[in-house]
Order: sequence, then C-alpha cells, then structure tokens
Amino acid sequence: MELQAVLMAAGGGSRMMDLTYNTPKPLLPVGNKPLIWYPLNLLERVGFEEVIVITTKEVQKMISTDPKVKLDVKMKLDLVCIQEDADMGTADALRHIQQKVKTDVLVVSCDLITDAALHEVVDLFRAHNATLSMLMSKAHEFTETVPGQKGKKKTGEQRDFVGVDDTGKRLLFMANEADLDEGVVIRKSIMRKHPRMHIKTGLVDAHLYCLKKSVVDFLADNKSISSIRGELVPYLVRKQFSKSTNSPKVIDETHQNLKKNDSNISSRDEELLHLTQERSCWNDHRGDMSDAYHGGRLRCYVHIMDEGICYRVNTLAAYIEANRLAPKLFDEPAVHPSAVVSERCLIGADSIIGASCQISDKTSIKRSTIGVSTTVREKVKVTNSIIMHGVTIEEGCNIQGSVICSNAVIGRGADIKYCLVGSAQRIEPDGENWDYWV
Amino acid sequence: NEGKELSKEEKQRLRKQKKQQKKQKERKNEKSETEKEKTPVSLLPPPRPVATQKAPSALPAPASAPIPVPASAPFHSSPAPSPADKPAKSKAELKAERRARQETDRAAKQPGSSSSGIKTKVPLSELNPVVKRLPEHVQVDDPAVVKRLAKKLERQQIPLRSDYGYKVSLFSHLHQYSRKAPLTQQLSIPSTVIHPSIVRLGLQYSQGIVAGSNARSVALLHAFKQVIRDYTTPPNEELSRDLVNKLKPYISFLNQCRPLSASMGNAIKYIKKEISNIPSQCKEEEAKTKLLTCIDRYIEEKIVLAAKAISKYAIEKISDGDVILVYGCSSLVNNILCEAFEKSRKFRVIVVDSRPRLEGREALRRLVQRGISCTYVLISALSYILPEVSKVFLGAHALLANGYVMSRVGTSQIALVARTFNVPVLVCCETYKFCEKVQTDSFVSNELDDPDDLMVTRKGKTQLENWQDVSSLGLLNLVYDVTPPDFVDLVITDLGMIPCTSVPVVLRVKNLDQ
Repeated sequence: MELQAVLMAAGGGSRMMDLTYNTPKPLLPVGNKPLIWYPLNLLERVGFEEVIVITTKEVQKMISTDPKVKLDVKMKLDLVCIQEDADMGTADALRHIQQKVKTDVLVVSCDLITDAALHEVVDLFRAHNATLSMLMSKAHEFTETVPGQKGKKKTGEQRDFVGVDDTGKRLLFMANEADLDEGVVIRKSIMRKHPRMHIKTGLVDAHLYCLKKSVVDFLADNKSISSIRGELVPYLVRKQFSKSTNSPKVIDETHQNLKKNDSNISSRDEELLHLTQERSCWNDHRGDMSDAYHGGRLRCYVHIMDEGICYRVNTLAAYIEANRLAPKLFDEPAVHPSAVVSERCLIGADSIIGASCQISDKTSIKRSTIGVSTTVREKVKVTNSIIMHGVTIEEGCNIQGSVICSNAVIGRGADIKYCLVGSAQRIEPDGENWDYWV
Repeated sequence: NEGKELSKEEKQRLRKQKKQQKKQKERKNEKSETEKEKTPVSLLPPPRPVATQKAPSALPAPASAPIPVPASAPFHSSPAPSPADKPAKSKAELKAERRARQETDRAAKQPGSSSSGIKTKVPLSELNPVVKRLPEHVQVDDPAVVKRLAKKLERQQIPLRSDYGYKVSLFSHLHQYSRKAPLTQQLSIPSTVIHPSIVRLGLQYSQGIVAGSNARSVALLHAFKQVIRDYTTPPNEELSRDLVNKLKPYISFLNQCRPLSASMGNAIKYIKKEISNIPSQCKEEEAKTKLLTCIDRYIEEKIVLAAKAISKYAIEKISDGDVILVYGCSSLVNNILCEAFEKSRKFRVIVVDSRPRLEGREALRRLVQRGISCTYVLISALSYILPEVSKVFLGAHALLANGYVMSRVGTSQIALVARTFNVPVLVCCETYKFCEKVQTDSFVSNELDDPDDLMVTRKGKTQLENWQDVSSLGLLNLVYDVTPPDFVDLVITDLGMIPCTSVPVVLRVKNLDQ
C-alpha cells in the first residue's frame, strides 16, 4: 500500500466559537453538507478506499447517524476517538495512532474545502523521495461582510513567511511572524546552496501533508512536538540544511533502528539507489559543485496552487465565503427534490435549498443557503444569508447578510441585518436587529 | 495490379494460417512454454522491429535464404505475443516482395539454380507474416494501431497518455508527450493497480530525474526487486507464469511514461527468462530470493564490472598529453576519464554540449570536481575546437545489429566532423546494450521529447511562448540519432575492443550463450 489517509477532525473551532459551541466543527453545514464531507469527498474522488478519522466521541456519534456521510461516502472510515479535554495537538494525534500507520501518510484537516489536483502534491512526494510534501494556495480576499464585525479587520492573524527555490517547488524556509523577533533570519547555509529564493507571504496553508512513515516514528520518540503545522513542519524544513554530519540524523536513526531487521535488504537497495543517482545525468540545481539535492537526504516540497478553490473553514469569514463557493464543487441540484417550494416564491439561481424544507408563498431567497428541514413562512425576504437546519422563520421577516444557526426561531416581522443568531435562540417578533450576535 | 491482387489473396491465406496457428498455440500452451526458453527471439517484448530487418534483406533473399529459414521456425511454434492480426502493409514492403518474387523467378529460370529458387519461395511465404509486423510505437499516425494500443491498455487498466501539440510531419508516426500532463493524473492516488515503486519510477522517468541508459536500467531493476519482494503467488497459480503476467502491465505503464530504452528491454528480457526458468516445485520464498540474487548479479556483472573492464581497456588508449573530446553526459565515459585521471594520465577534456538538455554541464561538473582540466563548448563550435582534439570518446544508448550506434542527438554530427578532421572516434558501450534492431536512419524509430523544452526565457521574454497558435510552426525535440559505423573507429566493450562491424558476432555469441 502506498499511502494511508488520516483525517484530523478533533479540532474545536476555537476561532469561531459562536458557531461551534453547539455543533462541533466537523459537522457544521456548508452548502447543506457537513464540513467533514468535503475532505472525505476529496479523498474518495482521488481514489482512497479507507481513511483513519481522528475525532472526538461526540462527533463520532453524530457522524454515525448523519445521513450525508453515511450515504455519500463509500470509503471505509476507521474512527479513532480521543478525549475532548486532552488538548491534543495534531502531532499528538498522529503519535496516538502510530500503531495503525503502516506506510507513508497523507494528513488532511477536516476544515479543508478544495478542488486541488492532489496528484501534484503526491507526485512531488514520490518523484523526489521527499520527507514532506504539502499544499498551499494563493489567498483570496474575502468579499462577504461578516456579521458582527464592523469593516474589515486587518491582520488579526500573523503572517507566514514561506521561502521556495527557483522552481517554486522546493520548500526552503518557513516561519511565522509570531516566532520572529525583529526580522526574517535566513541562515547562510541555505543561501549558499540556494542563492535564489522567493519569499511569499500571501499564502494559505491547506494543512494537507504527505509525510514519510519515518516521520511518524520520529514523532513517537520525540514527545515534545505537539502540532504538525506549528512545530513539525518548521522543524523538518530547518533540518534540511543542518550540518551534513548530523543532517537528518534524528530521523535517520529511527530509519536505521527499524531497518535493523532487514538490514541486508535495505543496504543493498540503498546501494542501488545510490548507483542510480550516480549514473543519472540529472541535477536539481546548477552552478555549484555539489551533487543532486546537495547530497541531503531530507527534502521538503510544496505545491502552490494558483487557481482553484482552497479554503480552510476556521473563521467566521471563511465559513461564509465557503458557503458561497461550496456549491461549485458538486453538481447537485440547487433545490433539493424533497423540499416543498410553493410556486409564488422567488429563489435566486445561486441559492441552495436543503431537503424537507418548506418555503411558502411570496418569499424571496437570494444568494443564500437554507438548511435541512427549515420552515420559511410567507413574505419573507432572505438575502446573502446562511440558514442552518431546523430553523423556523415566521412571516414577514427580513434577513440580510446573517447567519442563523440550527433550530433557531425568528419571530414574525423581525428585521435581521448582519447578525449571527446562535443555536436554538429566539428572536422577538418585530424586532430590529442590526449587526450583532445573539 | 495483378501483383497486388495476388498479394491480397496471399494476405488472406496467411491470415487464416495465422489464426489456426494461434488456436493451436492456445491448446498447447504448456508445451510451448518449454520451447520458449530455447528461443530467446520469442521473448522479445511486443514492439519488435523485425520488419525493418526483413525489408532490406528481401533483395538478397536468394543469397541469404538459409538464415531466414531457422529464424522463421520458432515463429511457427510460438507465434508472436503482439496481437497483430491485420497488420498494415506499406507500399515499400509490397514493392520489396514483388521484387523478391521477380528475383526468385529469374533465378528459377536459370539452369542449375532451380533448387535454390524453390527453397527461397517457401521461406518467403513464411517470411511474409514477419515482414508485415511493424512495432506499434512507430505507427502512431495509424488510427487502427492506436485503437489497438488503447484496447490493450484498457485491458491492463493502465491509463492512456495522450499526445501533445503539433508534430512535425516527418515524425508524426511517433509519440510526443508533455511533461505537464503526467500519467499519474489519471491514476488513483494510493495506486493499487500498479505497484508504488513502479509509479515512482515512471514519474522519475517522465520528469527526467532518472536519465541515461545505465541509470534507467539500474532503477528499473531496483523497482522490480521491490515488486518481487512484495509479490505473493495467488492460489492455483504458478510463480513462473503469474509473475511474468504481473510485470506486463507495469512495463506498459513505464512505456507510456517514457519509451523503453534498449538496455531496459534487454534487462526485462533477462528477468522474464529467469522467472520462467524457475522450476514449479520451488517454494515461493526460495524462488524470490533466487530472483533477487539474479538481479543483483546482473547489475554487478553487466553494469558495474563491465564499466571497470571498459575503463581498463580504454585507459590503454589514453596517452599523456591527449586532448579528449566528450559529448553530453555519458556515465561510462565519465567513469573512464575519472579512472584514467586517478591512474595519473595527463590529459585534458573538451566537453561539447547542446540544447535543450544541456547535459554537458553535469559532465563538466563531475569532471572538474575530480580535478580534470576541462573546456566547455556548444556543439556549434565543434569545427572550431576539433583541430585541438586528439581523440573523441562517445557513449552509446544502444548498438544496433548492423553496427550503427544509437546515441544522444548530435553524436552523429560529432562523429562526422571528427572523421573529416581525421580524429579517431571511440565508442564505449557495455554488451548488455547491444540490441538486435537494425536502423540506418534516425527517422523510423526515435523518441520525441516535450516540445516545450525548446522554449527559453531570456531577460524575461519567452519568444516561443505561443508557438501553438502559429499554425505553420512545429517544434521538434529529438532525443536520439544513429551514427553509421564508417565514422566509428573502435568500439570498447567489456569483451574487448572490437570494430563496429563485429557487433552481430557478439550478438550471435550472446544468443548461443543463452
């Protein structure tokens, strides 16, 4: 077997607590499908047949009863539960399942919505025998107004500096602004080997990583690393250029420890690989006297997407943007066949109506998503909003640019603009609600 | 016209004969397995260019009649693996047949040679099925052949790689792929149909990470070792037969990624022979270890030790004060030069390079790293630099059965200009790269690389960026060319230093050995 897929679905959604305090992040509806459906669909489309899903008990219960996941996903899901309060990072979770990992892994985060061609990432991993291969995308500005936020909040997040070489594929440098004191510090050893480096800041990390099995084993020995993105990836990127005497020493040692059993096989194979590289007239760089890859055994690669959809739904703004764009990823009909839609209502072309909905007369729904089993009474105007499941909207309401969470009830005649209504909340009839969270 | 009608009837008759033979063969499948071992010819991989061998020999058919007869005998016992039921017959072949028939008639009319006439008539009709079969990879402009190939790949569950861009009309019968459209696009990501190490190898081939005849063969054998290690015999199957069948789709896949080289073809032939030689009572573990040691021994003997032997011979030819010209990056020639330098020969090297591959830079780096003093020129400066040169060392991709040397494009130019300047040309080639193909030109069978490689960006401008929009413009990126034996003075192989015309002798000796 070549690759095992691991889906990290235990995250808490700490940056959008108002949405996730009732519904766990993997099950938030985006385009009327649970968020976890998107990475699972991506893996299934590409050809995976089974996935290890690391999640919490609560999510596990809900997944096993969710119709979307059960019906649409044909892969075998191996659900591994971890304690909710254990505060496990992604690397800790990988360490937890070390016994299940038999080959190289493809780690995906549950909040990734993308239509990327995964083979680009995996091809880099295969062709260069890389230790790490990841996916990044050019960030797009979010155009939708976020309820509860006046204007656009700039750089709440700190920037990531990503350095790639001339080909744009080899990852040379990765640091977050938070870790840097005054400026970006680049070691001379990197500049000597790669004199031309492009540093990019406007990139979104898709949190999709191809890791060698030896990295997972290395994690098992080094319990201090708890987050893949925060600690493991910068560590590996730095380790590419450490002094050649102990360059991938730590990872190599685990390599050798494991291969002690079949040492004859691996040493002979290593010789053949070395012979191949020696006889091949290819070099990944030119201008200096060193062999291909500068003789380094640890290599990190990145594939940067120019076009296409790539979103990580970890903030409210991203959630809203994703809802707008998610329908482009699948071709189901916008209006679910089981929805009861009366004839005298206006439903815009870019709206989605979920199953078992009831839309009454004289309603107007534009650029919105209506969840499953929602009831919309007469004369309601819904524009630019996201209505989740089981919501009841009484007559005469006007909802604009808002997010209404599941099972809320909007009283008659309420006027809601740019608000976030939490789960199972009630909005008073005839109220005017502007720009705040309930 | 009459001649053509006759040949049509003959065609139909031969087709029926062939179908009957095939049916017989399927019934006697087990018996013919043992026969296959004795006839190495029938173990050649499907793209077998035997046709080109027969076309020129149709004329001297009466003279060389005894040779075709034994060659055609194995074809009867084990018809070719390639499914060529209705091969196309080109005008040239029809002409050649008609001419041959005229010759035999003329010979029959002469007194005393009636016996030879009868002899030649019989093998000719048996030869016809051989003449018709052109290898599939040089018939890309024939839609029937392409359809057949697509069907075969579909059966093996390998995706078909589509051709890219406008092909220059003289080479429209060859495949032309784009590096930006890898075959892995159409494969599932944890590849289940094809072994992961083969997928990795195919990627490395198509991206040029593993390039060079020796490197490709070693990488191929390494990948086969992994495949054999991970292989388990399914129940009710024999390892000797099932493993060969398992390897066939992998070979098709690698062929799609990049056309197989002659050295790879010979290595595959060797492995298939070794696998089918495994006795059926052998246990699986034992069989696998035996195969793995066979592969190791092959690499050790044919590549590593051969390189040492060739360096030993070649160093005798290098004297102090020599100025040696090399072209591109041949692993063998680099090896020789490094060894010679270590044995304290005093010489300097001129490295000739050419676009778009610019492999000479890599050769230059390796030689300078050892301390050899080098000069670097592009091939356009060849006649300027040749007066200084005392010897030319060339590497080869393959040595053909008629003594022609197939090597990187540009080699024939180097040999030609060197001959004009009376500079000796020495070709270094291991014996495992000798192949039974016959070619006299670089058009019939060649490889077309990605045409986008010819685009170069200088000062931010890429002149050929929109070459596809210009309807009358075609970009041609050839990979190989053939050098006639008249330009080559000596071939240095692990068997010794032989003239170019002795290649068929070596091949014959090799076949007898096997």
